[in-house]
Amino acid sequence: MFETLLAKLLTIPGALPGAVAQGLIWGIMAIGVYITFRVLDVADLTVDGSLCTGGAVCIMMMLAGCNVWLSMLIATVAGLLTGLMTGLFHTFMGIPAILAGILTQLSLYSINLKIMGKANQAINVDKYDLLISLRWVKQAILGNPLIMVSILIVALIVVLYWFFGTELGCSIRATGANPNMSRAQGINTDLNKVLGLMLSNGLVAFSGALLSQYQGFADVSMGRGAIVIGLAAVIIGEAVFSRIFRNFALKLLAVVFGSIIYYVVIQIVIQLGLDANLLKLLSAVVVAIFLAVPYWKGKYFRRPVKAAPAGKEEK
Amino acid sequence: MLELKGLYKTFNAGTVNEKRAINGLNLTLEDGDFVTIIGGNGAGKSTMLNLISGVFPADAGTITLNGVNITNLPEYKRAKYLGRVFQDPMMGTAATMGIEENLALANRRGKTRGLGRGIHAQERALYREQLATLGLGLEDRMTSKVGLLSGGQRQALTLLMATLKKPDLLLLDEHTAALDPKTADKVLQLTEEIVARDKLTTLMVTHNMKNAIQYGNRLIMMDAGRVVVDIKGEEKKNLTVRDLLEKFNIENDRMLLSE
Repeated sequence: MFETLLAKLLTIPGALPGAVAQGLIWGIMAIGVYITFRVLDVADLTVDGSLCTGGAVCIMMMLAGCNVWLSMLIATVAGLLTGLMTGLFHTFMGIPAILAGILTQLSLYSINLKIMGKANQAINVDKYDLLISLRWVKQAILGNPLIMVSILIVALIVVLYWFFGTELGCSIRATGANPNMSRAQGINTDLNKVLGLMLSNGLVAFSGALLSQYQGFADVSMGRGAIVIGLAAVIIGEAVFSRIFRNFALKLLAVVFGSIIYYVVIQIVIQLGLDANLLKLLSAVVVAIFLAVPYWKGKYFRRPVKAAPAGKEEK
Repeated sequence: MLELKGLYKTFNAGTVNEKRAINGLNLTLEDGDFVTIIGGNGAGKSTMLNLISGVFPADAGTITLNGVNITNLPEYKRAKYLGRVFQDPMMGTAATMGIEENLALANRRGKTRGLGRGIHAQERALYREQLATLGLGLEDRMTSKVGLLSGGQRQALTLLMATLKKPDLLLLDEHTAALDPKTADKVLQLTEEIVARDKLTTLMVTHNMKNAIQYGNRLIMMDAGRVVVDIKGEEKKNLTVRDLLEKFNIENDRMLLSE
């Protein structure tokens, strides 16, 4: 009994690079979720569909002979369009944000099937010039996902940090923080919501393009439950790093770390013998509990009051 | 100059809850008018301000500001001309953003927001100077999140934001109603200073008759969606609460006004 457990534990280090690589790739997706969930204050379910859209577009373009960077660019543009669709459902047609995302996600299931022509499209790492592959996860080359995706994430965070400091970026943040005030200050809140949703889903599709290369195929169900994984990454990142990471760029980094932690933990429980079919249930329960904690804290726990010396009350 | 002509607004039209909030309202404000508005609940005061600022569209009538017909402009486009302070201190500022970031948002009212910096270094000096005029010590907390401020501080900040870029019309919707009496006085004092300094055309809704008499050069009373009393000039200067109550035979408690 003890020996089998030990044997299982010994397999973990070998599986870690793969888990971290997945965490990094999903970290980009989680940054997209952060932009809608935390900055824009909207839970956008489009991501379950747009992740696959990114993967599908990227793989199909590469199979058609396109350059990998061009394929990833067009995949990202496709993601922007899925965000535009949800944004128009929400602002122009007045559909509640959650339902707007669900509608887009559902329609993307058909669209993704049409893009790929079937439910699954594989790409051969030997025949095509992929940017990253899980096969290279232990090699010291640029195509090692640990290296390549880390570089991409740093570049993305730099660009996003710059963008959310611009006038436009600030107006998107203001729209999420207080739409009434934003309109009173002349901000077109509908436009900013659409832009935020587009940006978010562009990132998610970009992440999908990387993921499909990493695993060597795009699959119509690859985005199922993506929103939960994204939320898990956001929440874990905040729970672990919120006290030390105050800067916006660091908050985005915390989301990526959250994603890595999520995948490492998942990897460990799988190695320890958890039935893989239970994974989604486990993820959902974990996210539900983490979402509930701040609520419970406010409702059932009171902060201990430090006795202040007379005349020195805190203001 | 603000001109409201034949304004109508009905809520829940065609249902049992139908409410004609604004009923053929006409009002003209001269440049520099500081008008206080009183009236009972449901008289249409807030609805009038919301129609002017475009929170919802009017059923009929026109709203003209300095010769521009703004009746059909969306809310965010009208913001170019308007400064607004709301009753709820939470409503006028973005709690999760810093004090200086909020001011930077206000400083770009009416401008196209592109990829320029959201806040420039040289702006900070202006904001520091402006915050110092409030006398609340906020100039030393410029990067603090607004959510950390008290209601009075937030309301003072909102007032500053509303007037940072001189508006053609300042709309104050019971902006001191949620504050304690001392803080309310302080915010009202600031309001008067700023309005006088920039010669702002102002509409101020209040439930406090004393304030309505003390401030401004003109007082209107609304009832059932119309202006029923309009006092200005010398008559306004010499007005007392007793006058107001006697002259127009207002039942104090019926109107829900406080002396």
